[in-house]
Amino acid sequence: MIGALVTLAVLGLVFGSLLAYAASRFRVERDPRVDEVQDVLPGANCGACGYPGCGGLAEAIVDGRAPVDACPVGGPAMWESIARIMGVELTTDRERMVAKVRCFGGTLCSDAFRYRGIEQCRAAALVQKGPKACPSGCLGFGDCVAACQFGALRINRYGVAEVDPERCTGCGKCVQACPRQLIHMVPAGKKVHVLCANTVRGAKVRKMCKVGCLGCRACVRACEYDAIQVDNNLAVIDYAKCTECGACAQKCPTKVIEDAGRQLHPRAVHEAAGREAAS
Amino acid sequence: MAAKTFSGGVQVPHYKELTEHLPIREGPRPTEVVIPLSQHTGAPCEPTVRRGERVLVGQKVGDSEAFVSAPVHASVSGKVVAIEPRPHPLGGEVLAVVIESDGEFAVHPEVKPLGPLEELSPEQIKRMLRESGMVGLGGAAFPTAVKVSPPEGKHIDVFLLNGAECEPYLTADHRLMVEHPEDVVLGMRALMKALGVGRGIVCVEDNKPDAIEAMKKATMPHSELEVAVCRTKYPQGSEKQLIKAVLGREVPPPPGLPLDVGVVVNNVGTAWAVARALTTGLPLVERVITVTGPCVAQPANLLVRIGTPFSSVVDFCGGFASAPAKIIMGGPMMGVAQRGLEVPVIKGTSGLLLLPEEDALAQQPQPCIRCGRCVEACPMGLLPLLLAAYAEQGRFEEAESLRALNCMECGSCSYICPARRPLVHAIRVAKADIMARLRARRK
Repeated sequence: MIGALVTLAVLGLVFGSLLAYAASRFRVERDPRVDEVQDVLPGANCGACGYPGCGGLAEAIVDGRAPVDACPVGGPAMWESIARIMGVELTTDRERMVAKVRCFGGTLCSDAFRYRGIEQCRAAALVQKGPKACPSGCLGFGDCVAACQFGALRINRYGVAEVDPERCTGCGKCVQACPRQLIHMVPAGKKVHVLCANTVRGAKVRKMCKVGCLGCRACVRACEYDAIQVDNNLAVIDYAKCTECGACAQKCPTKVIEDAGRQLHPRAVHEAAGREAAS
Repeated sequence: MAAKTFSGGVQVPHYKELTEHLPIREGPRPTEVVIPLSQHTGAPCEPTVRRGERVLVGQKVGDSEAFVSAPVHASVSGKVVAIEPRPHPLGGEVLAVVIESDGEFAVHPEVKPLGPLEELSPEQIKRMLRESGMVGLGGAAFPTAVKVSPPEGKHIDVFLLNGAECEPYLTADHRLMVEHPEDVVLGMRALMKALGVGRGIVCVEDNKPDAIEAMKKATMPHSELEVAVCRTKYPQGSEKQLIKAVLGREVPPPPGLPLDVGVVVNNVGTAWAVARALTTGLPLVERVITVTGPCVAQPANLLVRIGTPFSSVVDFCGGFASAPAKIIMGGPMMGVAQRGLEVPVIKGTSGLLLLPEEDALAQQPQPCIRCGRCVEACPMGLLPLLLAAYAEQGRFEEAESLRALNCMECGSCSYICPARRPLVHAIRVAKADIMARLRARRK
């Protein structure tokens, strides 16, 4: 009994001192700032920065491989704290970006056929390129909703994906998840957006969707700042030039241009259609 | 001798009785044809005619410089009324040449028979295959001229003529073997001559005794040809399964091809079309299709001009017997569900199947019970249940490591699954993602 105790105690002492020696002899110097930066980072490990999780980015920032504003999720306040930890001045022209779904067709976009299969956009998109009549219509199964770690996306009552700009962190995961490439990143502050991605000619658009861009150029004529162009039958806003005067949204015959400042939104077309159906 | 077969696969009811005894008839004479500029595997064609131009039957209307491509030709004589994107049976819209028929079906003066096969060199045959826009008529529409030009260093010793026609409902190849066995043999010999192969085997499933009989008789005068009888099992008509059954050779996994084991496989329909091109000089402007299913008033095997709208074909067969719930181009196992009947017959159209609601009903999938029947059924030796589960969870890299790309989408797993899980559909999702990443990496 005593022998066993003594043996164990001696063994413990020997191995313990070996470990203690190894710990001091082979110690890896770690920059304390890595932990500090990692504490400030959001900790979602979403991968939007391109590094393997927040830990990977923290190391990259401290090593100088990544800029202090590399994390799109945190936003300016967080970049500021990282800059303080790193002891540098925050010089960034990086704007906060949020995701925008370029479709508001949903129930007003007709179906080409009845789809019965796996309820995922990427699966539906493989069958005859998707059950919507419009080749750029939101399929509404919510692959983007599943991809969003921040709860910023939902399929709204009209059957289209919609981003909550307050919750959106700009990580861009939804952009990759959409099989139809309908989601793009826009400056968070901007209020005027074209909610359509359809490049089909106007006459055909009318047949498939009530809130589709016809490429009629009414918006181009209305814009005094050369900030909206029709390219390949689709109106596209140049956010650098846009002053948010809202003239384009006012003139759009299909009301497909959103102007959040003046409460103009294709949602109104859905509501009008709903009222018509009810009466 | 026991019929030859492969491992895996499923027994499917074949429903061929609707059309298997009906002789091939001349199909509708369309007033307008839509010739898509992409009907084949490979690079799409550029139009070679202009709007307003008058064209004749057999005149080239689209061609490409690419090696893997096949030109397209006018199937009627008349005026080119439009060159614009039109709905395509494989989904979306594809640039197409639209020709309004003048009802005369006047043939282009350059369309002349090439002369007897004995006097043609392999190079001449290959050029003819390319110029006539010949593609594999089994469904994948791979350019035949490319298929008979194996890369340097690959020695081909056997040619297989695929007459298995294992898809339920389809009988076009069956009827060709019964009605035109000599032409099928002529086309087969032409393809073999182009390849320089000395041994050819016609492979037929044992549910077509009359076709076996006819092919045996037609191959009799040619000592280099024989007929192999395969057991009726789906997917016997798949290249790799056919090679395994008839020759016992195993094609290596992708990018392995039949020519890696010294084999080239071509379809009965292709051989017949090659014979037609040889004897008449006409390029590939028509093909035999089976129009069938419970919703067709008079099911038929028809010789149809490429570009004929599906709607004209169905009207020609007496219209609907009852309203179809599902329209499929091809067979029920691997065919492509259609948006409607406004699309044209293309080179790869082997049939048109109209199914009623009760046959088209997709049942509610139940959870996987891990019975393993999909594993037994998979002719490629894959694990469909795991591939599908990974695909549905978006774990595509794991699906890739389980060889998702080896899946040929034959549908045996989905057919056999007692829980009615959409296995092939899920695997297709994974394959699409894996292929997209491979393409991105290559760039």
